[in-house]
Amino acid sequence: MKEIRPALLMLLLFTLICGGLYPAVVTGLAQLLFPAQADGSLIADATGRVIGSALIGQPFSDPKYLWPRPSATGGFAYNPLASGGANISPASPAYGKTIGERLGKLPAAGLTGPIAADLVQASGSGLDPHVSPEAAAAQVLRIAQARGLSEARVADMLAAHLETRQFGFLGAPRINVLAVNLALDAAAP
Amino acid sequence: MDMFAWLQTGLFFTTLLLLVKPLGIYMARVYRGERTLLSPLLAPCENLLYRICGVNPDKEMDWRHYTAAMLLFNLTGMAALFALLNMQHLLPFNPRGLPPFTWQLALNTAVSFVTNTNWQAYSGEAAASYLTQMTGLTVQNFVSAATGLAVIIALIRGFSRRTTALIGNFWVDLSRGVLYILLPLSLAAALLLVSQGVIQNFSPYRTVLLLQPFNIDTPAGQETVAEVTLPMGPVASQEAIKELGTNGGGFFNANSAHPFENPTPFSHLLEILLILVIPAALTHTFGVMVGNTRQGWALFSVMLLLLIFSFGALQWVETDAAPQLSQFGIEGGNMEGKEVRFGQAATSLFEVATSATSCGAVAAMHDSLTPLGGMIPLSLILLGEIVFGGVGSGLYTMLAFAVIAVFVAGLMIGRTPEYLGKKIEVREMWLSIVTILIAGVVVLILSGIAMVTPSATASMANAGAHGLSEVLYAFASMANNNGSAFAGLNADTNFYNLLGALAMLIGRFVPAVAMLAMAGSLAAKKYVPPSLGTLPTDKPPFALWLLLVILIVGALTFFPALALGPIAEHLTVPGGN
Repeated sequence: MKEIRPALLMLLLFTLICGGLYPAVVTGLAQLLFPAQADGSLIADATGRVIGSALIGQPFSDPKYLWPRPSATGGFAYNPLASGGANISPASPAYGKTIGERLGKLPAAGLTGPIAADLVQASGSGLDPHVSPEAAAAQVLRIAQARGLSEARVADMLAAHLETRQFGFLGAPRINVLAVNLALDAAAP
Repeated sequence: MDMFAWLQTGLFFTTLLLLVKPLGIYMARVYRGERTLLSPLLAPCENLLYRICGVNPDKEMDWRHYTAAMLLFNLTGMAALFALLNMQHLLPFNPRGLPPFTWQLALNTAVSFVTNTNWQAYSGEAAASYLTQMTGLTVQNFVSAATGLAVIIALIRGFSRRTTALIGNFWVDLSRGVLYILLPLSLAAALLLVSQGVIQNFSPYRTVLLLQPFNIDTPAGQETVAEVTLPMGPVASQEAIKELGTNGGGFFNANSAHPFENPTPFSHLLEILLILVIPAALTHTFGVMVGNTRQGWALFSVMLLLLIFSFGALQWVETDAAPQLSQFGIEGGNMEGKEVRFGQAATSLFEVATSATSCGAVAAMHDSLTPLGGMIPLSLILLGEIVFGGVGSGLYTMLAFAVIAVFVAGLMIGRTPEYLGKKIEVREMWLSIVTILIAGVVVLILSGIAMVTPSATASMANAGAHGLSEVLYAFASMANNNGSAFAGLNADTNFYNLLGALAMLIGRFVPAVAMLAMAGSLAAKKYVPPSLGTLPTDKPPFALWLLLVILIVGALTFFPALALGPIAEHLTVPGGN
């Protein structure tokens, strides 16, 4: 029972070191070296108003905007306070029905071209800020018509926002939906 | 896989391989109390710690004393965390004014983090205050990992020492693990993660106006959503140790799929590396400490083979062999529950790494994997998390398998079973068998009880075979201290909170105590020099034999359950058979 003292004191000291000192040091260094990232990679519109984070997706449904992936977050789509996925087996009849409904809406929504999986399948976080280049390309015609821009112009703007593989080989190419939509609003309000 | 995916995967495994030796040697030096690069800075802190706590670092313990100290420390941690979760509403650093956890959820969560499981029946951003995340959960992420390290180091001492009762001092092993290994690596990793976009602040949650407001239907009628609230918090500091300590408890509900926890492909691969690096390097620490590094490489190669095979299988079934998706005519493999930025290959790598170890962080939702895809992480967990495994716990479970492999081989060829110069006798066999079978027994019994309990089956999000997979995965995850989930299951019920806590306690402490007992019994034995009759355990034939023993034990124990869950589900899919 003489080990009770070290048990209590070790827990107390490690709480101070790992639970107090360590996060404080990381926060201090992070705020000093990478303040924008540490605060959530927030982005502002032309007027300087913060309109979101480059890392957190938003739900767009207006034809003039690039649309994100479906989202299964709680409450409403892209709810940052309830991150999470659908957790329905992709082999189940319920899932087949959901995908069938999403696929059925695509032609009416002006989505053309081959169907990229991410256009009809929700992400794990429900907050995925990106779509694949294929999912974006399928929306060019609709956006161009809704904004009165040429298809080439919209395609160019998408190309300008293409994030290639990190360091040339890591991950997948992708397009940030919110960034594209800000650029679209700036080009043709 | 395309060219980039091959390059990415190849470079990843090369990096892991290159880190095994230096980190393995460093950890051996730390636990032998030798001087290291960080000693000038850390030795004074370490000594101060011992002075305050009244610990004499030169006084070693026998296995009973070591076990008592370990259990007492973990019990204290559990009580403290339970109290913190129950009164977080009264304490500072709670900008959202979050209420306390219910006692059942607090008990489950306290057990979960102390046992290195990090099963989460709560949603981080909606339930845990900053103070809870930092001084409760982050602290246990450190000390539960250091506890696992202490147990494996004591066991290695059992193999390397001769005719002694002493296996080390628990307080010294615990302190060195935190100070010399986990803290410096976490600090560096946390800053790298912030550079990629992982957040680290104490700001209140931030409300932003949406570019395009939208309408939703609520029970009260239509409502316009014009603004959303972005969660904030000290995420990076917790993220680093969450992976490094194979803990896996996410700051947010979506865990490492959340862009604030894992924003880029680089952060993603860094997190996978953090999950694997300590368990992988421990095989070399083991080799160094028993005086024959080839013994460590033999175990490493078995683990690596299983990991690469699992990765290939998961990648294949999720992209090329997803019949239930090809019927819809969509391209790109199964993207449900996955993020665009990581790509399929790196996503598969994360999911096998997290279930091969006892980490349980997820970058994709396992419930949304194809039936055979979901079976792969499930099988890795059921094997007992020996493919690198948890920090410490993976290697000690693997050593239990090695003892059994040596014993069975000895019986078959008529040689005295010896491992690393120690005779394997009845006591060692008992302890090893308990270690490798206890989690399986708990999983099968509790899953069986769940299947006949209406309140337990009501928690399933999917009907039929997939529902069984959800429950089987839940108890496999808890009993093996993994913490990942088929997350459709509603786990915040009395049934799963309380029986789950029991499963986590048994799955963590029965093997840990058994391995400490084996450390004691091995340390007391004489050294038997290798003779012509000794089975060489540092050569490829033994590694292959060990692999077969693992697969046979795993298949015999779990094949029936897997056949009723994921395999049955796969066979009923159109085009699945």
